[in-house]
Amino acid sequence: MLGASRMATDVIPLANARGFSPDICSYLTSDIGAYLKNDTPLKKMGMSGIPKADVLVFNTNQCRDVKDWFQFYAREWNVPCIGIHTPRSLGDLDEPIIEDVARQTEALVPTLEKVAGQKLDMDRLKEITRLSRRCTELWKGVLEAAAAVPAPITFFDGTIQMGPAVVLRGTQSAIEYYEALLAELKQRVAAGVGAVPGERFRVYWEGMPVWGKLRDLSTQFLNLKTCVVASTYCNSWIFDDLDPDDPFRGMARAYCRIFICRSEDAKERYIEQMAAKYKLDGIIYHDCKTCPNNSNNRYQMPERLDAKLGIPHLVIHGDLNDLRLYSEEQAKTNIQAFVEGLEQR
Amino acid sequence: MPYFCGIDIGASSAKLVIVDETGRIAAKALRRSGVDYAAVAEKNLVEALASANLRREDIVRTVSTGYGRDNVPWSNGRLTEITCHAHGAWWHFRRPITVIDIGAQDSKLISLDAAGRRVGFKMNRKCAAGTGAFLEEIALRLDLSVSELNGLAEHSTKEVTLGSFCTVFTATEILSKIRAGDKVEDIIKGAFHSVVKRIAEMGAMDGDLVMTGGVAAHNPCLVRLMGESFGKPVHVPPDPQFTGAFGAALLAKENVHTHHV
Repeated sequence: MLGASRMATDVIPLANARGFSPDICSYLTSDIGAYLKNDTPLKKMGMSGIPKADVLVFNTNQCRDVKDWFQFYAREWNVPCIGIHTPRSLGDLDEPIIEDVARQTEALVPTLEKVAGQKLDMDRLKEITRLSRRCTELWKGVLEAAAAVPAPITFFDGTIQMGPAVVLRGTQSAIEYYEALLAELKQRVAAGVGAVPGERFRVYWEGMPVWGKLRDLSTQFLNLKTCVVASTYCNSWIFDDLDPDDPFRGMARAYCRIFICRSEDAKERYIEQMAAKYKLDGIIYHDCKTCPNNSNNRYQMPERLDAKLGIPHLVIHGDLNDLRLYSEEQAKTNIQAFVEGLEQR
Repeated sequence: MPYFCGIDIGASSAKLVIVDETGRIAAKALRRSGVDYAAVAEKNLVEALASANLRREDIVRTVSTGYGRDNVPWSNGRLTEITCHAHGAWWHFRRPITVIDIGAQDSKLISLDAAGRRVGFKMNRKCAAGTGAFLEEIALRLDLSVSELNGLAEHSTKEVTLGSFCTVFTATEILSKIRAGDKVEDIIKGAFHSVVKRIAEMGAMDGDLVMTGGVAAHNPCLVRLMGESFGKPVHVPPDPQFTGAFGAALLAKENVHTHHV
């Protein structure tokens, strides 16, 4: 929300001035900057500020920054900060790794019971896992609707529509939201209604969104009659492995399987599958300055996939929240030139 | 006879070319881009038409390119400078080439196959190192005009290395070289070498090398250093500063699909 509302660039310097480098995660720096300023986009929704947490729980499956981020609040509020240290660069998901992550998750329980003042209700956990699983199945259905030609939904729509899958997973309301959305998308597919009228090209967005430029980018692609049909980012909230009968192991599998903590080989295989499923004409990689963990162009992957898939790529240099690191004119020219290249093929 | 116009409004200068139906250049005009792109486009057009004794109605179609491509009211289509420079360069060479275009604000590397189709392209990242703006900054630091750089670099006798990625830090580095007693001509050649290194980092140099843009037009010493670095000659088309505008004019003639974005 800080990124999409373009508040981030104003508050990041406050965190920088308190010792958080401008080179680290700008989710972290913008959130802490907003806290230091006592400001939040939540005020627009009638909340007085960021709600104080009783406990902070992290998982390093995406990066270490989330732990550093949450530890700041734990120090500010004098509350516990506990978490799971997931191995990274995973190839195959071997059982010992799953077992380790599942045990780390179970080990959170005593602290959480103490904070909550009540024992863990396994039946309730299984029920929440069942609802989460249903939510994620529907979200997957929403994203996979874009495999249709023309695609009824774009990556840019996905970055907004993913909200319930991120923060309301495990609730009935999220399920109802995605049931309605999926039904609408099925209608659009049946009627041949595309999100980009006159869709000429289909491309993939690899890496983080540029949150403060969603409208500008989606408008440019719309004008170029090019649909960004899919992304690793939105797919990262698909958790096929969630298992109501075995919640801890299911969560461990689900949160180890996500793209960002996998090996280069596993990532490459994943994008190859996406290229076939979504009938891609090209891939755009966002080299996100403050998110090295989710900038997948830095170890020659684009060049390897060009050779394997026979489709071109483009690298855009920018950032997820810090618009000081984004050159609008450069990005715009690069994208237009990329599409002009697709026209020549 | 029908004529076709290409206009390339770059960060520093606005270039206009008019070609006839055979692709021969009938007229051209160049002036600083300034702040009013529509006005500078109009001035260039009026000047070019007058020099070739043409009327506005003789121009069948115009394609605009460069940073100001969206600001030319009478343009029939807008294409990026990547496509236009590539097309303008390929017109002269017609074989697999890598085009190295160094403009005021950005550098581009464009690979073309034997048929002139683009195989790939790279633009410099966000910073201005390796661009014309870098050389302008160096000239400013040395209290010279940009046009003096090449002549001085030709007289260099000693290797001076500038190591920084960053234009601003390089300027600081230059101050330390001056304090150390290095000669201005050696420092300028060091700056040229720095531009060559930034280009070398951008991508592979496949096929014959062709340099376009204002920096190639005014700095043959830098072009030569580029060739020495890559171990093959670097070709420069006629009027390299106009290559983008020329490509745009040719594309106007060929009436390819162009965007109105």
